[in-house]
This record gives sequence, C-alpha cells and structure tokens, in this order.
Amino acid sequence: MTLLHFQLLSAGIFCIGLYGVLARRSAVLVLMSIELMLNAVNLQLVAFGAFSGFGTSTGQVIAVFVITIAAAEVGLALAIVMRLFRSRGGVNLDEIDVMRG
Amino acid sequence: MGLLLFYAAATLTLFAAFGVVATRNIVHAALFLLAALAGVAGLFVLLYAEFLALVQLLIYGGAVTIVILFALMLTRSGEYEGETETRRRPFAALAAAGLFGLMAAVFVADSHQFNTNTRQPVPFDTLARDLFADWAVPFEIASLVLLVALIGAVVIGRAGREEDETFPDTDGSESASEPVRRGSRRRAERRQRGS
Repeated sequence: MTLLHFQLLSAGIFCIGLYGVLARRSAVLVLMSIELMLNAVNLQLVAFGAFSGFGTSTGQVIAVFVITIAAAEVGLALAIVMRLFRSRGGVNLDEIDVMRG
Repeated sequence: MGLLLFYAAATLTLFAAFGVVATRNIVHAALFLLAALAGVAGLFVLLYAEFLALVQLLIYGGAVTIVILFALMLTRSGEYEGETETRRRPFAALAAAGLFGLMAAVFVADSHQFNTNTRQPVPFDTLARDLFADWAVPFEIASLVLLVALIGAVVIGRAGREEDETFPDTDGSESASEPVRRGSRRRAERRQRGS
C-alpha cells in the first residue's frame, strides 16, 4: 500500500464527482457530487500527510477545515435550493436562469 | 492484510460513488452517498487518521446526508427521476475520463519520490496541539464561517414566504400569486417547444 494507491483512488472519486456535476440536472444531485469531490480532496490531503515521512499533522488539520466549510456550504446551498423550489416550482438547473444577462 | 482492507474499502467507495451519479432514483443516490462517505472514513482509518474517520462519520453520515434527505423530501425532487440530459452525458464522461487520465499520468510519473515512504501515525495530542496552537486563528475564523452560514441559511430559507417572491420570470408575463405552478408551466412550454 503506497501513496500511489490512494492518489489514484482519490483521482477516481474526484472524476466521478466531476461527471455528476456536469451530467446531472437536479440541483441536489449536483450538490451530492460536489460532496464526493470534496471527499476525494480530503483523502488526498490525509494521504499526503500520512506518507510525507515527517509525521506531520498538517494534512489532517486542513482536512478538518475542508469538512467544516463543506458543512457550511451544504446548509447554505440547500436553503437556496428550497427557496428556488418554492418560487420556481423545481430544482432543475437547466430551468433556473434568473440571473441570465 | 492492509492491502486487502484497502482494496475492500476502495471498491466500496468507488462503487458507491458511481452509484451516486448513475442511479435514476434520487433517494438511492443519497444512500449511495452515505456508503461512499463511510468508505472514505474506512480509508481514513487505514491512513491512521482515526479522528478524521470519526468526524467524517458524525458530520457527513449523521448530518449532511440527513439534511440532503430532508431537502429531497421537501422539494419533491423525485419527479426528476430518469430525466437526465442524455445529450450532455458523453461530454461529461469525456471530461471526467480525460481529467482522470491526466491526473493518473502525473501521479504515476511522480510516484518514485514517495514510494519508499511508509504510513506514519500522528498522535492525538500532536493533532490537538497543532490545531489549537498553530492553527488557532483559522480555527476561530472557521467557527465564524459556520455562524454566518447558519444565519444565512435561516434568512434565505424563511424570507419571502408569501408576498416577497423575488424571482420574476424573464418574460414577466406570469403573475406572482402562483409561485409553485410556474415551474411546471414552464416545463409544459418547453415540452411544446420541443415537439
């Protein structure tokens, strides 16, 4: 088990999340895909920290901050989604063009 | 043994992540997301990051997934089942595969620098000391961010319930008194235009 294993796995999860963000139309599903991408980055950070050879905790600390920001982001984004649903009647991203210039 | 556990957790995580983006039922997607997050927590344990594994299970498994399920309940997103955009899928798959190829090439080309290193555990007290001494200011700012997000979510979620629907339609022809019907009417219009 080397760093490369974790790097490749993390890249795989990140790209699956990217596919979800680009291909799906429901706002909630796009949010879930973003969560996947954030988790891939967290995995990468922790793996680099563990395999760095210094015994440093920096990777884990930054991962804690990423989790914090992700939790705040989910709360805000779901509030916006519910507001959009109440006013527009749907959460389909292709139909949400309020801010189109 | 460690490698076997790694492959087990990696298979679970990848399968569940694929389930999130591939399934047609959006509630199943949320449950697949829970499985994927649990798999990542297992990988954290393999990296000697037990604290992060615990935090991952508590925050993601206990809070984020539940909040997403509540949002699914309240927005009736199930009506979009199977309505994925087929025209956009090949491009999305191409972009994802291309990025994966690029990242894998870079990682493999770079792997000789780190391949001799082994995993090193970080003791709990080291992590705590770093978090509350070296990273004290970012830690406080993170708590402020959480507070702002909390207040913002409450304000966005409850503002403009009746009269203050502040998202006018682009053509402006529809009355604001039927906010919930707009989306379905727009969909009907789109369908007519498409046929």
